[in-house]
Amino acid sequence: VRPLILRTASDFLAVLLVVYSIFLLLRGHNDPGGGFIGGLLVTGAFVVYALGHGVAAARRLLRADPRSLIGIGLAVVFLSGCAALFVGRPFLTGLWLDHAVPGIGKVSTVLLFDVGVYVVVLGTVTLILFSVADEEDAP
Amino acid sequence: MTWTILLPFLFSAAAWPLHRVLRDRVGFVLAALPLGLFMWLAGHLPLPLGQVVAQSAAWVPSLDVHFALRLDGLSITFALLITGIGTLVVLYAQGYLKGDPGLGRFYAYLLAFMGAMLGVVLADDLVLLFVFWELTSVCSYLLIGWYHEKEGARSSALRALVVTGAGGLALLGGVILVGIMHARAGAAGADVWRISALASVDLRGDPLYPAALALVLVGAFTKSAQFPFHFWLPSAMTAPTPVSSYLHSATMVKAGIYLLARLHPALGGTPLWHYAVTIGGAVTMVTAAIAAACQTDLKRMLAFSTVSVLGTLVMLLGPGTDECIRAAVILLVAHAMYKAALFMVAGNIDHETGTRDVHALGGLRRWMPLTAAAGVLAALSNAGAPPMFGFLGKELLYTAKLDLARLGHDLVFVAVLANIFLTAVALVVAVWPFFGPRKKTPKEPHEAPWTMLAGPLLLAVASLFVGLASGPFALSLGQEMASVIAGRDVPLELKLWHGLNPEALTVLGLSAVTLGLGFALFLRLRTWLAPLAALHRRAEATWGPPAIYERALSGLSLAAKGTTALLQTGYLRRYLAIVVLGAAAFVLPSLVRGLPAGARDPGVPPTAVDIALGVLILGGAVSAALSRSRLAALAALGATGLGMSLLFALHSAPDLAITQFLVEALSVILLVLVFWKLPPYRGIRSTPRRLGDLALALAGGAVMALLVLIASRDRVEPVVGRWYSDASVPEAKGRNVVNVILVDFRALDTLGEITVVAVAGVGVVALLRGLARRRPEASRPGGES
Repeated sequence: VRPLILRTASDFLAVLLVVYSIFLLLRGHNDPGGGFIGGLLVTGAFVVYALGHGVAAARRLLRADPRSLIGIGLAVVFLSGCAALFVGRPFLTGLWLDHAVPGIGKVSTVLLFDVGVYVVVLGTVTLILFSVADEEDAP
Repeated sequence: MTWTILLPFLFSAAAWPLHRVLRDRVGFVLAALPLGLFMWLAGHLPLPLGQVVAQSAAWVPSLDVHFALRLDGLSITFALLITGIGTLVVLYAQGYLKGDPGLGRFYAYLLAFMGAMLGVVLADDLVLLFVFWELTSVCSYLLIGWYHEKEGARSSALRALVVTGAGGLALLGGVILVGIMHARAGAAGADVWRISALASVDLRGDPLYPAALALVLVGAFTKSAQFPFHFWLPSAMTAPTPVSSYLHSATMVKAGIYLLARLHPALGGTPLWHYAVTIGGAVTMVTAAIAAACQTDLKRMLAFSTVSVLGTLVMLLGPGTDECIRAAVILLVAHAMYKAALFMVAGNIDHETGTRDVHALGGLRRWMPLTAAAGVLAALSNAGAPPMFGFLGKELLYTAKLDLARLGHDLVFVAVLANIFLTAVALVVAVWPFFGPRKKTPKEPHEAPWTMLAGPLLLAVASLFVGLASGPFALSLGQEMASVIAGRDVPLELKLWHGLNPEALTVLGLSAVTLGLGFALFLRLRTWLAPLAALHRRAEATWGPPAIYERALSGLSLAAKGTTALLQTGYLRRYLAIVVLGAAAFVLPSLVRGLPAGARDPGVPPTAVDIALGVLILGGAVSAALSRSRLAALAALGATGLGMSLLFALHSAPDLAITQFLVEALSVILLVLVFWKLPPYRGIRSTPRRLGDLALALAGGAVMALLVLIASRDRVEPVVGRWYSDASVPEAKGRNVVNVILVDFRALDTLGEITVVAVAGVGVVALLRGLARRRPEASRPGGES
C-alpha cells in the first residue's frame, strides 16, 4: 500500500513534469532545453507516477508500448531528415516554415527531429525502468 | 544496355508473386527474359572487329566510380552464354523442382544471379565489376544452400561463401591497387577505374604491380576454383542440378577466367604473370582430372572435371601467345556447352532414378533414350572426339602447347595426361549409366519431361553443329573475343582437318592417343584407380586443402570461444576494468605526447564557489570509495554528480547541467528499484587488490583530466567554436548553439546516437528477460549471474 501523500503528490508532479518537458522541448532551439532533456524529464514524470501508483498504472497512463515509442521516434527522426530530399537538398537539411505558429513558435523539420529524439528517449528509458521495476514486482 | 542488367533483377523480384499465380508454369514466363536478352545480344552480331557498344553514367562521382557498361567481343560471348544457357536452365529448373513450394524463391535467386553475372561481364568499371562479382558469390551461397534443412547443404554453402568471399576481399585490394597504379601512370581522374582504359598505360613497371597481381590472382583463383582453393566447387554439388549446371560449370566459375582474360592486356605479359598463371592452371588441370576419375558420384565427377577444365583455361591465359588465346576461347565456349549439357543429363538420371552413384546405374538407354542421346553427344564433345566442338578445342590446346618454347613441351604431356582422365570421366558419366545390364534403382526409371530434355539436347546438338560448321562462329565471335583478350588482332580459323603436315599430324596423333587411352581407362576405371581413389579420400579427410579449411574453421571458433571466456566473465567490475584499462593504454600515451606543445590557456581564476564545489565533488568521490555501506556510497556519488551539474550551470552550460541533473535523478531511481536485489555489499579487504583498483582509477581519471586540459588549451584558437556560434542563428535559426549542433549541424551523429540508445534499451530488456528465465533453476544472486 502506497502512502497517500506520495500518491497525491505524484499526480500533480507528473502533470507538471509533462507540461514542463514540452515547454523545454519547444524552446530548445533558442534557450536551454531540447528533445533529449525534454525526453529525460517526461520520463521522470512517468517514473514519479509509477512510484505513486505502481508500474502497471504508469504503463496504462503511457498507453503506448515503450518499444513502439522507440520505433515511432526513430521513424520520425529519419523522416524529418528525408523531408529535405524532396526539395533536392541533402539528407537532414533543416527546412523552416515562414510563419510562426502561435504557442509553438517557428515550425521546422528540425523541431520534428527534436520531437523524435524526445519520443526515443521517453521510450527507451521507460522501457528500461519499467522492465526493472516489473522484475521488482514479480515474486 | 542498362536494362540487360536491370531486367533480370526486376524479374527476380517478380518471380515469387508470379509463382503464386502461375504455379508450375512460371518457368515459361521467366524463360522469356533470358531468351529475349539472348536475341537482343545476338542482334549485335557479327560485331565488326574492334567495334564496341559503351555507355556510362556517374555513380559515385566523388570517387570517380561510374556505372559504365561496355559490350565487346569478350563480354558479348560471355553474355550470350549467360542468357542462352540461362534460358535452358530456367526451363530445366521448372521440371526439376516441379511441385516445390519454394520454386518462386528459387527463380528469384537464379534471376538475381543472372543479373549479377551479366553485370560482371558488361561492367567497364573495376568497382562496378567488384560489386557484381560479390553479388554472384551471395547468390551462389543462397543457391548452394537451397536444401537448407540439410546440414551438408548449409556447410557446403558456407564453405563456398568463405572461400569466394575471402577471394573477393583479395580482389577488392587488387582493384584498389590497380586504381592507384592507373592514377600514378597518368590516367585522367574520371578514367581511374575504367577497365578499357587500363591497357593504354603501362602498369607493369609500377612497384605495386606484384602485389596487385597477386591479389587479383587470388580473387580469380578462388572464384574459378583453382588449386588449392578448388575444394568448394565439388562440395557445392549439394545444390539442385540446375544450379550446378548454370553457376558451377557454365557461368559463375568462369568469372575468374573472365577477369584474367579481361585484365590480360593490362597486367599480362610479364614473367610473373606467365609463371603464376600457367603453373597454377596446370597443377589444377592435372590434380583435378585425376581426382575426377576417383569419384563415384556423377555430379562430383563432373565438378572435378570442371575444375580441371578451368585449370586448363587458366593455364592457357598464362603465356599470352595467339595460339594459347585461341585455344582458350574455343575451349571455354565448347566447355560451357557440353558441361552444362552433361550436368543436366546427370540431373535427369538423378531425378528419374533416385541415385547418382555411378556403380548403381546401368542399362538406362531403353527407359531414357533422349537423355542417353544427349549424354553420349555431350560426352563425345567433352572427350574431344571429331567432329564435335570439343575436338576443335582439344586440337587447339595441343597446338598451343607445341608452339610454346619455354614450358610447352613438358606441358603438352601434362595436358594429354589430364585429358585422358577427362575422357574417361566423360564416358563414365554419360555412357556407363545408359549401357550394360540394367540395375535396380531406388525409383523406377522413366524419361524426363520435355522441359528437362530441351536443355541437354539443344546444347549437345549445338556442340555437334558448331563442330561441323565452325566458320561462322570463328568469324562472328571467336576471333573478336580472342583479339580483346590479346589486346591485338588475333585471326582465328577453325578446321576439323588441317591437311598432311608434320605438326598437324602430331596434334592429330595426340588426340588419338588421348581418345584411345581414355577409352581404355574408362573400361578399367574401377580396378586401375582403386588405390588412387583411396589415397584421394584420405587426402581430403586428413591433409588436403578441404581438411586444412575445416581445421582453420574450427580453430577460428575455438579462438573465439577462448577470447569470449577470457573477456566475458559475467562480472560487471571485470568489464569496467577492461574498458578503463583499454582507454588508458591506448589513449594515455598520445595524450601525454600532445600535452606539452603550445601555450596553456590560463583561463579564468576559480572563484570561491568553484573551489567549494570542487571540494564537494572530490569529497563525494573519496567517501564513496571508502564507504562500507552501499547506501552511503550511493549518496556520496550523488553529491559528486550534483556538484558537477552545479559547476556546469555556473559556467554557462545550462543544457549540460540539466542533462547531468536529470541523468543523476533517473540513476538514483533505477538504483532504488534494484536496490533490494543486489548481492550483499562486500568491501574489498585485500590490500593488493585495493591498490590495483586505485591505480586503475587513477589511470582512468588521468585520461579524462588530460582530455579536458588539452581540449581547453586548444580553445586559444577557438575557430570551430566561433564558427558554430556565428553560424548558429543565420544558418540554423537557433540561438541555443548546443541544441543547434545536436539537431542541425551534427544531426546525423544524433541520429546514430539515438539509434544506439534505442538498441541499448532493447538490449537491457533482453538481458533482464534472460535473467528472469534463468532464475528459477539457479538461485544465484542477481548481481553476479
